[in-house]
Amino acid sequence: MPAQSSKIRNLLRRFGLILSFLLLALALTLLSDRFLTSANIINVLRQSTINGIIAIGMTYVILTAGIDLSVGAILALSAVMTANLLQGGTAVPLAIIIGLGVGAGLGLINGLIITKANVPPFVATLGMMTIARGLALTYTGGRPITGLPDSFRTIGTGVVGGVPVPIILAGAAFIIGAVLLTKTAVGQYILAIGNNPVAARYAGIAVHRYTTFVYVLAGALSALAGMILIARLDSAQPTAGLAYEFDAIAAVVVGGTSFAGGQGGLGGTLVGVLIIAVLNNGLNLLNVSSFYQPVVTGVVIAVALLLHRALR
Amino acid sequence: MSHPTERPPIVEMRGIKKHFGAVQALRGIDLALQNNEVLGLMGDNAAGKSTLMKVLSGAYIPDGGGIFIEGKEVHFTSPMNARNQGIEMVYQDYALSNNLDVAANVFMGREAVRWKLGPFGVLDNAHMELETKNLINRLKIRLPSVRQKVERLSGGQRQAVAIARATAFDAKVIIMDEPTAALSVAAIDKVIELIQELKAQGASIIIISHRLEDIYRVADRMIVLRHGRKVCDTKVEGELHDFRERVVAYMIGARDDFADETAVSQGSGGSR
Repeated sequence: MPAQSSKIRNLLRRFGLILSFLLLALALTLLSDRFLTSANIINVLRQSTINGIIAIGMTYVILTAGIDLSVGAILALSAVMTANLLQGGTAVPLAIIIGLGVGAGLGLINGLIITKANVPPFVATLGMMTIARGLALTYTGGRPITGLPDSFRTIGTGVVGGVPVPIILAGAAFIIGAVLLTKTAVGQYILAIGNNPVAARYAGIAVHRYTTFVYVLAGALSALAGMILIARLDSAQPTAGLAYEFDAIAAVVVGGTSFAGGQGGLGGTLVGVLIIAVLNNGLNLLNVSSFYQPVVTGVVIAVALLLHRALR
Repeated sequence: MSHPTERPPIVEMRGIKKHFGAVQALRGIDLALQNNEVLGLMGDNAAGKSTLMKVLSGAYIPDGGGIFIEGKEVHFTSPMNARNQGIEMVYQDYALSNNLDVAANVFMGREAVRWKLGPFGVLDNAHMELETKNLINRLKIRLPSVRQKVERLSGGQRQAVAIARATAFDAKVIIMDEPTAALSVAAIDKVIELIQELKAQGASIIIISHRLEDIYRVADRMIVLRHGRKVCDTKVEGELHDFRERVVAYMIGARDDFADETAVSQGSGGSR
């Protein structure tokens, strides 16, 4: 029955992602008695916070049919600058604000180069990636900055009501991001720009302003992720966040957001982040060689893409 | 018709010029639209019809000339500018966001919000859906649901949504670029009826079309452009057959009512 099969397709399209996540979790529960323990679940969630926060910004960028390759490098540069300020005695809240400002500012430069100079996002953010990474290395002389104030380290290691602070921060970021995307005019503009920027402009949308905004958001969120990272490690490395852009892109793509722009959302990205984190965790629990793990992750990404395409 | 004591045209464009690189698309065009008038804009491909209307809708900024709304000069730098002054345009490819629903498209750029936090307004979807329903009822459009995504609508339905958006905010002038070009015969009749309905409700409309029958059926007056110049500005009247022959004569350059003026203006420092 065609009606029946289109109904199943619809259900699969809506719940297929969460279903595959549950199947993966079920398989790991059966294969390893250490998987479904509260300690391990908290561990998986905490490990996914960094990628999760970056992936929020990446979702926004990809929804406008853009890409941001500079998130890992922005993370590193804002992290080493924040760490240096903290070691120099700057008050913790001020250092955090400056660090977030650095991330947002680098994102602003990305956005302006893309909109005003009309440079493709791939090229503009590739340039930013190497520049920010180089600046992070120059700024630190290639050495890590170690030893941060305890009050700052709370954002990486603290626990409130039994829940680690990074998970609270990432959860809050997801909720705010999802509300912004689905409940506000700005969210609609971003979806409209991703679908057809010319139509959006004709409708009176300030396309350049909102396109720039998504890169600012991606930069600021990368800086936030960087702070959680250095607070947890008590050390800011200029090489931190290497290749994080690809983890974030993978999570967004697995989550069903289309590279063509205009289609997708943060619910999918959240599940995408969790699938990748659970997969890595499961492979560790099953003692799969770390050399094989990227292969498995890559296969999962490819399969997810094929499924999304088949169900569209 | 025009009388010195009458109020000024709802829109007047004077001496509009626009070039793209070496191509002179508009060579100083005058156009006036009276209140509650339907004006047909015709011409062969590349005559400058769409360019002229994109200047009026704020999508293009002209190189020369002036735009006057009810006698007051305006300067548009973006489509939002023009929309705020009551100029709405229905673009040839509908210019809708296909991934969003009907109500979101009708209100695109003018969303109703429940409350605002800085630049972030929380959408009042219930209000926008209700208003959209009222609007499409008023325009006698039939759509499955205002929450339907535009990508699931037919060409005729998309055109109706685009027209609905243009009429949603008390537009002074509605411009339609080839509103019937991509439609089936049945859908064309629907759009023609919609235009007649809008005129009956008091709208002032400019229609670009290469379908002479459409202009003949709905327009009060017509302007023909050729190579970026106005060659004809006259009432739509007479038999369809005569009308067609007359328009074609202007379109192919066999007739030109403004040839003398052009010679004068080009003699006094024209581009070539």
